[in-house]
Amino acid sequence: MNLWVVFLLVGLLTYAIRLSFVAVPGRVKMPSWFQRALRFVPIAVLSALIAPELFNLGGRLDVSFGNARLLAGLLAIGVAWRTKRVGFTIGAGMAALLVLQIFVGH
Amino acid sequence: MSSRTEFCAGIRAGLPLLIGVSPFGMIYGVLALGAGLSAGAAQAMSVIVFAGSAQFVITQLIGLGTPWGVIVLTAFVVNVRHVLYSVSIAPHLQPLPSSWKALLSYLLTDEVYAVAITRYNHHAAGAHRHWFFLGAGLTLWCGWQVGTAVGLLLGGQVPSRWSLDFTLPLIFIALVVPAMKDRAEVAAALTAGGVAMLAAGLPLKLGLVAAALAGILGGLTVEWRRQ
Repeated sequence: MNLWVVFLLVGLLTYAIRLSFVAVPGRVKMPSWFQRALRFVPIAVLSALIAPELFNLGGRLDVSFGNARLLAGLLAIGVAWRTKRVGFTIGAGMAALLVLQIFVGH
Repeated sequence: MSSRTEFCAGIRAGLPLLIGVSPFGMIYGVLALGAGLSAGAAQAMSVIVFAGSAQFVITQLIGLGTPWGVIVLTAFVVNVRHVLYSVSIAPHLQPLPSSWKALLSYLLTDEVYAVAITRYNHHAAGAHRHWFFLGAGLTLWCGWQVGTAVGLLLGGQVPSRWSLDFTLPLIFIALVVPAMKDRAEVAAALTAGGVAMLAAGLPLKLGLVAAALAGILGGLTVEWRRQ
């Protein structure tokens, strides 16, 4: 039951966000600090989603060469920077992870 | 250009994006089953929410047994970036009737925004460009729904030791790394990533919110110091 509450609330909120400025008649001037802050939202949120996936194994911090996900993630960052392509980034990162897992085990 | 040719041009602009988006939808379908969602619920989320990153995060949080209020708040934070697209595309949609604004806003994802704003900027004279937006948007919508359905059908056959969950941070990496254009944005990413790494132990994924706010402050600080 709560599952459908989540879907409907998130769906309504997401739609409200997308519609927000489109629904406002005419151009609206926002304060400049707000516009500057908004620029960083997607980068900050996505980075906050990525980091724990690379550094935390089984709930603890692992910053070592035994961490296959960290190494594969760093390679993927390089591939994403060079190619700007989602497909290449996923391919390189997954290939690196699968190969590294043979050697380090996780 | 007529409404028909604009609509077809929109479909053609949307099709290449499906190469990336449909497998993403498939992975979502597989992970949704893994998190304990029914196929019907997983497909319904694709229709109701229609936002890849948020759906992955919601799926992950449901799998962890997170309270629903935190899931809604987290999904809101993940989706708040759409306000940028809304701000940016709004002037182009102003002449349209409310029904068009309502429909196109539902389709306003990262990928659709990218192709639509490019069209609006490069074909300034077209009176039927909202048909291009609609064509691209419907193409992406269909690709996402079909991708989800295929993932749900194949779900049980994908072994967990393939580490398919790792494609999530890889996709986020592919989205965020090319988006960084200056030092302030790099600072935002590093601050958010650093705080998220250290705060990952916080309960209910509160580390994500703290890290995002820290990243925004980090970016603003670097930008302010350089002026």
